[in-house]
Amino acid sequence: MGITSKPVVFAVLSAAVILIGTTATVFIPLFMPSTQPGSAFIKPYTAVEQEGRDIYMREGCNNCHSQTVRPLRTEVLRYGEYSKPEEFAYDRPFLWGSRRTGPDLNRVGGKYPDSWHYTHLMSPQGMFEKSNMPPYAWLAKNKLDTGYSYKKTSVLGYGYSESDVEQQISQYKATVTDGAYPSKASRDKVTPPELRKELTEMDALIAYLQKLGRDVKQMEARK
Amino acid sequence: MSEAGYNYKIVRGFAFSALFWLVIGLVVGLWMAVEMFYPALNLAPWLSFGRLRVVHTNGLGLGFSLAAIFSTSYYILQRLNRVALPFPRLAQAHLYLFNTAIALAALSLFAGMNTTKEYAELEWPLDIGVVIMWVMFAINVFGTLIKRQEKQMYISLWYIIAMTVAIAILYIVNNLEIPVNLFKSYSIYAGANDANVEWWYGHNIVGFIFTVPILAMFYYFLPKATGLPIYSHRLSIVSFWALNFAYLWTGAHHLMLTPLPEWIQTVAMGFSIFLIAPSWGSVINGYYTLQGNWDQMRSNYLVKFFIAGITFYGLQTIQGPLQGLRTLNAFFHYTDWVVGHVHMGTMGWVTMVVAASFYYMIPHITNRELYSIKLANIQFWLTLFGQVIWTVAMWIAGIQQGAMWKATNPDGSLMYNFLDTVASLYPYYKLRFAAGLIFFIGILIFVWNLVMTVRKQPGTTEA
Repeated sequence: MGITSKPVVFAVLSAAVILIGTTATVFIPLFMPSTQPGSAFIKPYTAVEQEGRDIYMREGCNNCHSQTVRPLRTEVLRYGEYSKPEEFAYDRPFLWGSRRTGPDLNRVGGKYPDSWHYTHLMSPQGMFEKSNMPPYAWLAKNKLDTGYSYKKTSVLGYGYSESDVEQQISQYKATVTDGAYPSKASRDKVTPPELRKELTEMDALIAYLQKLGRDVKQMEARK
Repeated sequence: MSEAGYNYKIVRGFAFSALFWLVIGLVVGLWMAVEMFYPALNLAPWLSFGRLRVVHTNGLGLGFSLAAIFSTSYYILQRLNRVALPFPRLAQAHLYLFNTAIALAALSLFAGMNTTKEYAELEWPLDIGVVIMWVMFAINVFGTLIKRQEKQMYISLWYIIAMTVAIAILYIVNNLEIPVNLFKSYSIYAGANDANVEWWYGHNIVGFIFTVPILAMFYYFLPKATGLPIYSHRLSIVSFWALNFAYLWTGAHHLMLTPLPEWIQTVAMGFSIFLIAPSWGSVINGYYTLQGNWDQMRSNYLVKFFIAGITFYGLQTIQGPLQGLRTLNAFFHYTDWVVGHVHMGTMGWVTMVVAASFYYMIPHITNRELYSIKLANIQFWLTLFGQVIWTVAMWIAGIQQGAMWKATNPDGSLMYNFLDTVASLYPYYKLRFAAGLIFFIGILIFVWNLVMTVRKQPGTTEA
């Protein structure tokens, strides 16, 4: 009697039923302009920022920090302008998160100087006694591995040449190791002497955090 | 081997693998629960919360739940089809590959190899391992179904078929990624599309691991344990197809008020409400099966596991659609409310039904009596109280933090800074840890009871 005596037909029918909603709400939107808008103001991550993003992913920062400000009054008050789809054009994967054990970070770029981040990542409890964020001082003890930086940016389609990537890395290294770097004191405090002339994982992570939401400010300013 | 040459060795292998990963996953969970109010416990990079969280979710979602599903599926498939596994050596290889993959998954996540897509965090070589493992399982699923000696396929088999098909589609589509090296890859989707694909997966992997195969267990083991037939066959047909159809539209309720196009969110919201109907179809079928035989709640220790389980499933499937509504979601999303919601499903529904299924199945396949019904009853109350305190604490924490995030002064400025809202949750986090400990003790008793059962001489009775 019917399909309950035909396992293969049953399986095919199950797959068909499952694929209806999937096609309508996932497969078709993949090709719609509204899910992939671009903006000339939104620039891809530099090689260093991308390395920082990979460290953010490796440490699972997304488990406690979201990266989407919703269009709600108190949320915009707390974090800043709500998130736009254009901002995420280069985000592979997306890092919107699902839980805010800590605050949203989509507008954190430029909110604090680098020195704030060095001090905070070194010891969140040193800055905020009641914080429950894990300390990340050890990120400053790891020299940044840039061995795959070019390969990463080319897989991601950022359009950088190998020399672009080298230049981005040496330029950022020059910035943070410069004697006149405004956050030098706090960087030196967390970075061991032998790594002070190198790029560390913490440097890259901070470069990434400082990128978050910066391009969109210019996009909004021109509207 | 036993009657009709059924292969029970594989059933037992997966059952005890499930118990092993259950204990490991819960230890990690307890550790994280303390880190939430005592951050000094982030002792090393691999013990930091961000890394442990994925070990916890993968260890219990893939390690414990999948092993329990494979165990009961291999059992149910052979019993309902009245045929032994056609490829027993393939099943044995499946068991070894599964445990190797879960162990490597745990190690790689401890090491920070994390794609960050929730419940799909494993890097690409392990993804390939998971797909191979799934194909090995599917060959035996369809092998037994095709060779079956029973004309009709019972409800539980429908759910096993749907799971086998759906997980394959979900897992492959969401994990499409381009490798950079052996340990690193990037998703082929970007931004809003990546989010949409991920939550279509994230929602449905929960559906097709924590709902569909658990319903297969429920529909098989409840009648077996009680000697009562399922109340309505028609209701189970309607709920099965409606559930399979509607589930896949609802992923975007995880992305309410994000930059994902609004129509996808709204469609997801509508189908989420629709999903209450087929979910409650199974709840009603469960309750009405006991019609006139509710005395079994007292006389048959297994019944209360099933009834508590299906009750939490019923609550879960009302709470879920409601918190998916845009207005309520604006308040509850990103808070601990959702954490409470998930754990009612996993600690209430999944654990209860798996426990009852194992209590029925393990003595049966090993030809022994359960070591101690008294211990099983103690386990029931410990896991029940542990879970209820756990989830209620998180709901209250969620409501409190949601309200504090929204609170404004008369002049329109924010009343609380973010840190105030975090600090206000510590009492709930401590209570959550205590509740988790109660639940964990219950689980240890569960594991002990089953270990002692298989260690006894066959055919003996005691306690």
